[in-house]
Amino acid sequence: MTITDFQTATLFRFATAGSVDDGKSTLVGRLLHDSKSILADQLEAVTRTSVERGFGGSASGEGQGQQIDLALLTDGLRAEREQGITIDVAYRYFATEKRSFILADCPGHVQYTKNTVTGASTADAVVVLIDARKGVLEQTRRHLAVARLLRVPHIVAAVNKIDLVGFSEAVFRDVEEQLLRAAAELGLPDVRVVPVSALEGDNVVELSARTPWYTGPALLEVLETLPAVDELENEFEAFRFPVQSVIRPQGALAPGLDPEPFRDYRGYAGQLASGVVRVGDSVTVLGSAAGTQITTSVAGIDFAGTSLPQASAPQSVVLRLSDDIDISRGDLLVEAGTFAEASQDLHASLCWLSPKPLREGAKVLIKHGSRTVQGLVRSIKGWLDLASFSEGPAADLGLNDIGTVQIRLASALPVEDYERHRRTGAFLVIDPVDGNTLAAGIASGVPDGEGEPRGG
Amino acid sequence: MNTAYLTEDRLPTGTRTGLSSLDALESEAIHIIREVVAEFERPALLFSGGKDSVLMLHLATKAFWPGKVPFPVLHVDTGHNFPEVLEFRDRTVERLGLRLVVGSVQEFIDRGDLSERADGTRNPLQTVPLLDAISRHRFDAVFGGGRRDEDKARAKERILSLRDEFGQWDPRNQRPELWNLYNGRHTVGQHVRAFPISNWTELDVWRYIEREGIELPGLYYAHEREVFRRDGMWRAVGEVSQPRDGEEVLTRTVRYRTVGDMSCTGAVESVAATAHDVVIEVAASTLTERGATRADDRISEAAMEDRKKDGYF
Repeated sequence: MTITDFQTATLFRFATAGSVDDGKSTLVGRLLHDSKSILADQLEAVTRTSVERGFGGSASGEGQGQQIDLALLTDGLRAEREQGITIDVAYRYFATEKRSFILADCPGHVQYTKNTVTGASTADAVVVLIDARKGVLEQTRRHLAVARLLRVPHIVAAVNKIDLVGFSEAVFRDVEEQLLRAAAELGLPDVRVVPVSALEGDNVVELSARTPWYTGPALLEVLETLPAVDELENEFEAFRFPVQSVIRPQGALAPGLDPEPFRDYRGYAGQLASGVVRVGDSVTVLGSAAGTQITTSVAGIDFAGTSLPQASAPQSVVLRLSDDIDISRGDLLVEAGTFAEASQDLHASLCWLSPKPLREGAKVLIKHGSRTVQGLVRSIKGWLDLASFSEGPAADLGLNDIGTVQIRLASALPVEDYERHRRTGAFLVIDPVDGNTLAAGIASGVPDGEGEPRGG
Repeated sequence: MNTAYLTEDRLPTGTRTGLSSLDALESEAIHIIREVVAEFERPALLFSGGKDSVLMLHLATKAFWPGKVPFPVLHVDTGHNFPEVLEFRDRTVERLGLRLVVGSVQEFIDRGDLSERADGTRNPLQTVPLLDAISRHRFDAVFGGGRRDEDKARAKERILSLRDEFGQWDPRNQRPELWNLYNGRHTVGQHVRAFPISNWTELDVWRYIEREGIELPGLYYAHEREVFRRDGMWRAVGEVSQPRDGEEVLTRTVRYRTVGDMSCTGAVESVAATAHDVVIEVAASTLTERGATRADDRISEAAMEDRKKDGYF
């Protein structure tokens, strides 16, 4: 384990996506192993299993001719081994001096869309594995399309098994060309391409002498230097704050506090979904009561006994406001002048994640920010072909389908366009009967508010 | 970068310094704690006096300041706890003005509802009293300090983990967890286990304990203790943990990396006397925390997975 400088180290979340047999488990194992995140007892267990299973590859993990199957480092549950399947996303952790990483390891085969959507929803980057011998496959295009739909800021394409094509620059350039073309078609903003051998370790943590024609950084360095979502200054990122709860401690004050200053305390607890807020800023309260919009100003930002001059996403804080307004859980505070209006009509793409298909006329629950309201699916307007990113007609949506729908809400929600506001454009579709999560919702076609948001 | 492809209309306008990783993890955990409190009627927090549960309680005090922590704490007492940890538990509960609910493994054994295992460990026996306390007090959400870096079963468990009326975890039937939107809907009889520090590592926990000056039971730090060697671990000599023939009792300077049932938790030799010392030690450690100190997790490769399916933490 590396000593991370916790004063400056930031958190970076990424998801991996790949097709069957492209060496994803080996790559994840290699990243964990070469960044020294694997401890002796884990390595010993893996080495033992490698020997038992007769692993004879050339991945000399430890020198001295000791050969281990790095893929075993990410070996899953017994339930998975017994059935020979991988059950959804596994989260893994490693750190370097510059960053702590949260890796959402998404299995490539069964239910790839469901898993990739889940992993990509919180990701700062998606690492897409491509077999150098096979190039961009339909599966690759699907992964890229999901990353595009969920607006993951960075794609890192690891062109793997470069050793099996003799470290050929021509092969790499060809795959790179295919990738950049697919990325351009999809409108992906930022794609980095790195030639790697997960098995041999080339360009994963250390740059390889065997690819002298590659002048970019190794995969880990790419991940260490890409800006995370909350480090990107986005021109659309105005302040957004879903109110989680109202803190009125009268009668239930934390022990040890002098009650006098808190006699009339009223604060709003929440996590900034985007942007920055400063004491004195004008904010508009989008109330859950139909159509209410009241503008006031921020009187204070509290966090566990400390008064802060400002807070930025994704900080959790308590805001106090200048005016005594009736605000409750579910309300959204926004930078004044940056929001149009809440609507009862929701136009969105849904990534359908349930085996129970969606049909027109379905009654669902919509969870947006800290509010949940009823919704009626009025129409299914189309089905998205991920391979071509074109839309065709659809009567229903099944597991792993992505489609566009029109939903009528029982009360208006301040949903924004996901393209511009990742947090406030996202919602869950929930089954009102059994409470299960049915779909990931991505709002589209919402007119953006007037005014000039300030940014960071 | 020569391989970057940037569309004109989506160029980032610049970058700024993000939160430190500890601040980001703290903020995420507080968000989850507040969501659960807002959406559930009767939450409770599992509190053993162990470092992860102490950390959780600290996060809860920060989440609701200047209000007090708005839920009781629940301890499943194996009857084999370290006395100093129980003393710490009671003192902490008192200091924060909380209500403590105790589920007792010993009572179940005395009533004949549980039987002692051949190996003497009581950690796996906690499941029954835990589920009993949950149903008796009608808790609909129970906070736990489980972390995904601890074990491969935990690596796949959701932050909000739905459990059926038997408390069982079904890894094949988990709700997808998207963005920071947590779905806590459940039907009668079901409850949810909430793991707000899922994304923390052992090192994060210690860094945070150091930064925040969080008090822990003294046995997390180096102290002299009478110990004997068993299964490659140092076991404390105590009422429920006696050396067998051939196991020599020695006095060693040790500390605990995890604090569980005395009969299955081992100490490590250490001179780390402060949280800062522990951070340095953990960063340099070559063993995982459970591998080094938990006999119950050595029973089989899938020990945690099996226990979780039966309703364990």
